[in-house]
Amino acid sequence: MILSIQNVVKRYDKHTAVDHVSFEVPRGSVFGLLGPNGAGKTSLIRMITTITAPDEGAILLDGRRLDERSPEQIGYMPEERGLYKKMKVGEHLLYLAQLKGLPEAEARKAIGHWLDKFEIQSWWNKKIEELSKGMQQKIQFIATIVHKPRLLILDEPFTGLDPINTNLIKDEIAQLNAEGTSIIFSTHRMEQVEEMCDHIVLINQGKNVLYGEVQDIKNQYKQHLYRVEIAGDWPADFAERFQLASRQNGTATVQFSDEQESNNVLQYLVGKGVHVRSFNEILPTFNEIFIRRVAETGQTAPISEA
Amino acid sequence: MNKIWLIVKREYLTRVRSRAFLLGTLLTPLAFGAFFLIQALMIGYKGGEKQHIVVLDEGGFLTKGIPDEQGVQFTKAAPGQTLETLKQAVRDKQYDGVLKLPALSSTAVKKQTIYFFSDDRLSPDVNNLIERRVAARIRDYKIAASGLDPKALENLETEVSLDPEPIDKPDDAGNALTSGVAVGISFFLGIIMYMVVLIYGSIVMRSVMEEKTNRIVEVIMSSVKPFQLMLGKIIGSAGVGTTQMIIWAILNALIFIAVQSFMGIDAAASSTAGLPEGASAIDPNDANAMFAQIMEEVGKQNWWYIIISSILFFIGGYFLYASMFAAIGSAVGDDMGEGQSLTFPIMIPIILAFIIMTSVVMRSPNSSLSVFASIFPLFSPIVMPGRLAFDPPWWQVALSIILLFATAILFVWIAGRIYRVGILMYGKKVTFKEIGRWMFYR
Repeated sequence: MILSIQNVVKRYDKHTAVDHVSFEVPRGSVFGLLGPNGAGKTSLIRMITTITAPDEGAILLDGRRLDERSPEQIGYMPEERGLYKKMKVGEHLLYLAQLKGLPEAEARKAIGHWLDKFEIQSWWNKKIEELSKGMQQKIQFIATIVHKPRLLILDEPFTGLDPINTNLIKDEIAQLNAEGTSIIFSTHRMEQVEEMCDHIVLINQGKNVLYGEVQDIKNQYKQHLYRVEIAGDWPADFAERFQLASRQNGTATVQFSDEQESNNVLQYLVGKGVHVRSFNEILPTFNEIFIRRVAETGQTAPISEA
Repeated sequence: MNKIWLIVKREYLTRVRSRAFLLGTLLTPLAFGAFFLIQALMIGYKGGEKQHIVVLDEGGFLTKGIPDEQGVQFTKAAPGQTLETLKQAVRDKQYDGVLKLPALSSTAVKKQTIYFFSDDRLSPDVNNLIERRVAARIRDYKIAASGLDPKALENLETEVSLDPEPIDKPDDAGNALTSGVAVGISFFLGIIMYMVVLIYGSIVMRSVMEEKTNRIVEVIMSSVKPFQLMLGKIIGSAGVGTTQMIIWAILNALIFIAVQSFMGIDAAASSTAGLPEGASAIDPNDANAMFAQIMEEVGKQNWWYIIISSILFFIGGYFLYASMFAAIGSAVGDDMGEGQSLTFPIMIPIILAFIIMTSVVMRSPNSSLSVFASIFPLFSPIVMPGRLAFDPPWWQVALSIILLFATAILFVWIAGRIYRVGILMYGKKVTFKEIGRWMFYR
């Protein structure tokens, strides 16, 4: 485990932002940290990045409690990110890299490498304020990873990026992950979670309400829905024999109470001489799981502002 | 420690290289220079218009006449002329006005009214001039009329000067000049401290606010502790301020020399142009002697003591107030107006200290208020340097420094607690009550 959150509590005045949250981020995973606005994600990230400290519980990075050397192993790109507008790109990156503990010579080399990689070597002497927003995002990304962190925390990393740059950053993230960097990825964009994450935790009202491997969660939340597509007409008693969620021309969605039942449909259709074109299980999207879980926990969880 | 140094370096370099710094640093002394120049010209300005006044001397005071002064020329009315004929002369533009001096009812009169006839208004300067001159003439007239000996009267005047002499303290034979010089040094040190605290403090505050509105602060704080960031900014800004002060000192000296040489040429030019005697300068030899004496007094001060203590008060005072400004800057973010209302409570002790320094300490440096204010840590950075030239007891200075540093450390710590929370707080109007609660967050 690269990161272990153990029963962490964070309170502000009477408001409990993080309420006894526990989860673990496996080494080398892409871990989704999800939750609606104000759920406590930022409070949690700020504790992991040592910006604040938990009121209760412990946070272990690579098996050790966080200390003043921990920030050097973490790269953090906050959702609200800025740069010093009057500084030049090169000196700005150098400054941030040195704050992360890189010696100057090493920092120069690493920055040069990344500017080369993004083909923006000529930017070294440009002022930040001369760059477009998308360009600044690239600089922020470089600043986040230049010190080769073992844990990368990205909060909505793609907002404001065009599709080309989004893919560029996505590829870099994938490559860093392949090289062994563990990544915590915080977002509202569920399609990105499905695309990129292997593990997730869902936080709502300061509490951990869903946690596990993406595939497991999907299976757990599936409603045994299957989509059947045929050529020709449906057998006359099809609608009576099976519970249909919907039917439209040659496509029907069938719901089962039991996994085994799915074969019955196929047997029935084949027996009737129907030509089946496709037969798929419909897994819930993360969007649905997210909304469902948030709605459930939102109602049952006590309002934490007591 | 290394990280604080990085922050200090960045803060210093980016600020010193900015256009705002360059403009501020160069233009301020120019503005000062222009101010001095204009002031010098104003002092030299002797009221361009000339006035010709005819005097109807019914009381017979003007045995000697009144000398022309400030462009005002007095002419005694010829015998036989009446007020009416003189008024007509004014209408005919021969004169600008008629001054009527009625006779005294007796030599014991304490109040006498004189009259000026003109449709033009008299300037306050000329009004005062006439009253002073006529009063002097009436005095001469009364002396003569009472049959007194002017010489004997003059002998009644005695100029007294007080020379303080120590009883047990060795050497240090001061005189009236000593306390004058001390007042000068006090005022100078006090005013520098006041400016330093105010200017540097607001530099720190603006810099913190800028970082917060920039939204870079969260990135920085994932690398360094908020306390390190705050301390780095405070120290870096001190460097910026010191640099600016040094440049100002040099530029101001240059401008002062330039203005003086300009004035010198001006004076020489106008004296050859034959300006009337009015501006009777002090004898240059006297002035030189006076200057040498002052320099000697200045030299007698225990400068090492004053400079080292002042630097200590400067450091303590700066950290004390700059940390408070940093805390406020972190709490307000981008709303300048809100910043102003929150800085007000910090400004009050600074301004109070300045008032105490200028109005109390310089007049009675050993009064109980002076002693209290020079030891009370919120006032001492401004008040004690103002007292140093008056040689306060050493234990008061030591106590003041110790208290100041203890308070400064406490304030930096408190500011760090506030800063840490405030700098990440967005879109919320903060109150002092809330700021107080932040101190207890983990």
